[in-house]
Amino acid sequence: MDAILRYDLFNDFIKDFALKYVKPLAMEIDEEERFPQETVDKMAKSGLLGIIIPKKYGGTGGDYKMYINAVREFSSYCATTGAILSAHVSLCTAPIIELGTEEQKQKYLPKLASGEWLGAFGLTEPNAGTDASNQQTIALEDGDSYILNGTKIFITNAGYAHVYIIFAMTDKSKGIKGITAFIVEADMPGFSVGKKEAKMGIRGSSTCELIMQNVRVPKANILGPVGEGFKVAMKTLDGGRVGISAQALGIAEGALRETINYVKERKQFGRPLSAFQNTQFQIADMATRVDAARLLVERAIISKEQNAKSLSKDAAMAKLFASETAMMVTNQAVQLHGGYGYTREYSVERMMRDAKITEIYEGTSEVQRMVISGAVLR
Amino acid sequence: MKIIVCIKQVPNTTEIKIDPVTGTLNREGAVSIMNPDDKVGLEFALRLKDKHDAHITVVSMGPMQAKKVLYEALAMGADRALLLTDRLFAGSDSLATSLTLAGLIKTLDYDLIITGRQAIDGDTAQVGPQIAEHLNIPQISYVNSLKYEGGHFVAVRQFEDRYQTLKAEAPLLVTILGDAAEPRSLNVGLLIGATESENIELKGASDIVLEASKLGLKGSPTKVKSTWNKVIEKQRNLLEVEPREAVKAIVDTMKKRHII
Repeated sequence: MDAILRYDLFNDFIKDFALKYVKPLAMEIDEEERFPQETVDKMAKSGLLGIIIPKKYGGTGGDYKMYINAVREFSSYCATTGAILSAHVSLCTAPIIELGTEEQKQKYLPKLASGEWLGAFGLTEPNAGTDASNQQTIALEDGDSYILNGTKIFITNAGYAHVYIIFAMTDKSKGIKGITAFIVEADMPGFSVGKKEAKMGIRGSSTCELIMQNVRVPKANILGPVGEGFKVAMKTLDGGRVGISAQALGIAEGALRETINYVKERKQFGRPLSAFQNTQFQIADMATRVDAARLLVERAIISKEQNAKSLSKDAAMAKLFASETAMMVTNQAVQLHGGYGYTREYSVERMMRDAKITEIYEGTSEVQRMVISGAVLR
Repeated sequence: MKIIVCIKQVPNTTEIKIDPVTGTLNREGAVSIMNPDDKVGLEFALRLKDKHDAHITVVSMGPMQAKKVLYEALAMGADRALLLTDRLFAGSDSLATSLTLAGLIKTLDYDLIITGRQAIDGDTAQVGPQIAEHLNIPQISYVNSLKYEGGHFVAVRQFEDRYQTLKAEAPLLVTILGDAAEPRSLNVGLLIGATESENIELKGASDIVLEASKLGLKGSPTKVKSTWNKVIEKQRNLLEVEPREAVKAIVDTMKKRHII
């Protein structure tokens, strides 16, 4: 019974947090392309940044479901906030928890939980997007260290993060099996943050280039076995995709909520828009898609918690369907808002721009279809 | 410093309906929350704890579901939670409630007792002051701010048109106004810790200092005769007169209704 109360209180808490701190900033940080550090600080203080980190490493000791519910609820008001939390938790803290050495856990997890350090993940390169195995960042062994050289692009949380999970080729001749994951810190000499991208959506999140010039990374910072970096990346992205599916679901839920409120209030021809059958049918389609996406996301959470064999497929299906639902629902939301929906005064305009990224990052919809068909046609 | 905070679980009354037959609140389907004034009272206790070395015990009386607000209090930073729950307590009015709470508090150590001004479901504002009377300790009601300095409490009491600053020594009871502070958010780690260890202590009629005849419905002299929703109706009175007379008619009506 008391576990039920835990989720009740947690869900009340994130709703309250979203209304108090996330919603009021959503428009401003989009408009100003400003990273909401104050919200990140509040998330840290409440224990959200360390939500899935075990207590013995200074974390909150929560579970994946709590984390996902937070991303979903925040994204329903502000997808930027969902993206920051998701990148930190799924892409940095999760692989250290799951694959890190005891020493790495003790060194990194307490500060990632307290918010002293924010986390990020660097896989994508100018010439290695969907073809992630084509890594051109090189790591050369040198005594007790590796020397990293290369460039990463489109890195969420870059510039604000201190801990980066970076992938590099330790043995080019082995192809995919020559990739290794490293934990790189922002203050290691030779590491710098490059150009900040000007984006269509999630404009409050920081997306930048990372430049590594002779960055000396101790061998103690290798995450997982040498040569198994690609596995580390794929495993991390399986979890990350559950996070993005929750973000997409949140965006869709937010747009649906805004639209339901709007069509009940807005009158044309002497009746509220909600009295017209076209509106009713569109709302019905939107609500049904949202609910279906929710069920896929919930299944993916269970697969993740049980570390099920079907996780890759389940996460890919959840992300594919939820992100396409987010696009469909936000598009219809703008349409139902008419001219007002096209203005930046109404949040559905922002939601439509924010939705698009969920079809692209952490694997495009095409990549998700590759993963799904690979599992189904096996 | 030992602080006791009394908190009540209440239905979120903004949505609640009154049962037309029984005249009581229909709690079915209503979301239960920590009474807002009590939450601010807890915030006052937590602020004292932030500054001084304080230990906070939260006490609630109610059914087992009231564990929810106690967990919330622990997640906000309270140290110990007690739930007074017993079938014998059912039907308590404000007198029986205050006697029951005082009966438990008598068994505890305290320097300060904090209650909210009133609960949003009953709006009596009686339980806090009555507890102080039963314990025979000083009380300051309608408190807007509270400090502890130089070995005594300094409270600002709010009236409709003025403030009063009062000093008091422990033990003391204060009732806190709901708009006196913004309660902090809970901490998720504390929430998980509290719900995992299930550390809410249950107390029944046998754990308190009070004779059985004063408990529950039997010990409650207040009988609710009826409760009803206030019906707000727009009234319209159309006069077709000259402006001078119209002004007079409006002013007269406002005077009659005691608006001016």
